[in-house]
Amino acid sequence: MEHTADAPHAEGQQHPLTIYLWCWVLLFVVSTFSYLVDYFHLHGALRWTLILIFMLVKAGMIVAVFMHMKWERLALKFAILVPPLSLLILITLMAIEGDYTFVTRLASFVH
Amino acid sequence: MAGNALSAEVHAPAGLPGLPGVVTDLAADKQAFPVPWGKLMMWIFLLSDTFIFSCFLTSYMNVRISTTMPWPNPSEVFSLKVGATTVPLLLIAIMTMVLITSSGTMALAVNYGYRRNRARTTALMLFTAGLGATFVGMQAFEWTKLIVHEGIRPWGNPLGAAQFGSSFFMITGFHGLHVSAGVVYLTVVAMRVWNGFYERKGNYETVEVAGLYWHFVDLVWVFIFALFYLW
Repeated sequence: MEHTADAPHAEGQQHPLTIYLWCWVLLFVVSTFSYLVDYFHLHGALRWTLILIFMLVKAGMIVAVFMHMKWERLALKFAILVPPLSLLILITLMAIEGDYTFVTRLASFVH
Repeated sequence: MAGNALSAEVHAPAGLPGLPGVVTDLAADKQAFPVPWGKLMMWIFLLSDTFIFSCFLTSYMNVRISTTMPWPNPSEVFSLKVGATTVPLLLIAIMTMVLITSSGTMALAVNYGYRRNRARTTALMLFTAGLGATFVGMQAFEWTKLIVHEGIRPWGNPLGAAQFGSSFFMITGFHGLHVSAGVVYLTVVAMRVWNGFYERKGNYETVEVAGLYWHFVDLVWVFIFALFYLW
């Protein structure tokens, strides 16, 4: 690692260009992978797992390197990255609700 | 100037690392987050925007689970004909690449901003804004194709589940609006870099703050691409 995590920044966030370029290249590669998932018509659990993995890898790289979160203080990381975790509750509830609506529709409207 | 005194203070050497640092940062009788206020406010705005987009994507998930009609296959709906062959999701793949490229040029612009290279920062930011405008143009093409040729409406479509149109127009429309706003934002900041506004102000933090917004737009697209187009 060419940069220590908690070094003071005399002039904001200054990092070597190579880390951005590497991140950039990796984003292209991973995007191509996720496109190939569709191109090769992968199905079922394998497709969904790969899509989610590639999505999270890309999101992680963008937030960590491009948005400089990797170099921020832990207090700021917590303040910004922990609240979205509450969305997992919303997603779970809405998935259960969607399932319920689906079954109700099948029972009531589809003959 | 008060602003300069403040930014000198916020760039003071950081406190303890790790978890003890979180405690001292938040409990000490001082500014909790040692970053420029504009950057913190942008992060908090982006956090709220995260919740908006998450609500859209979650409601999309909900209607897709609950519909009894077949969901139109995005792979076919968004395919393009190249010569005689139909390539699935081609336009979307190109749009993804355009947005990633723009994110990369923006990251470089922030870097050159802190190096006080005005010409390169301006050029890279305008290039980024240009790629953003290209993205919006391709999205306009995609919408036209869907509305005019495929007959997809927010209230229904000939391909299957009626909810497809409303989810699609709502999510991509709101994202496109963000990209358009970003193009304007980046152009304004680029102009100010060029005319020396930040040079006189003494720092280029605004470029990084604009960069945060732009990377967020790219970030949201990552989720839309995975969850709407590929799922």
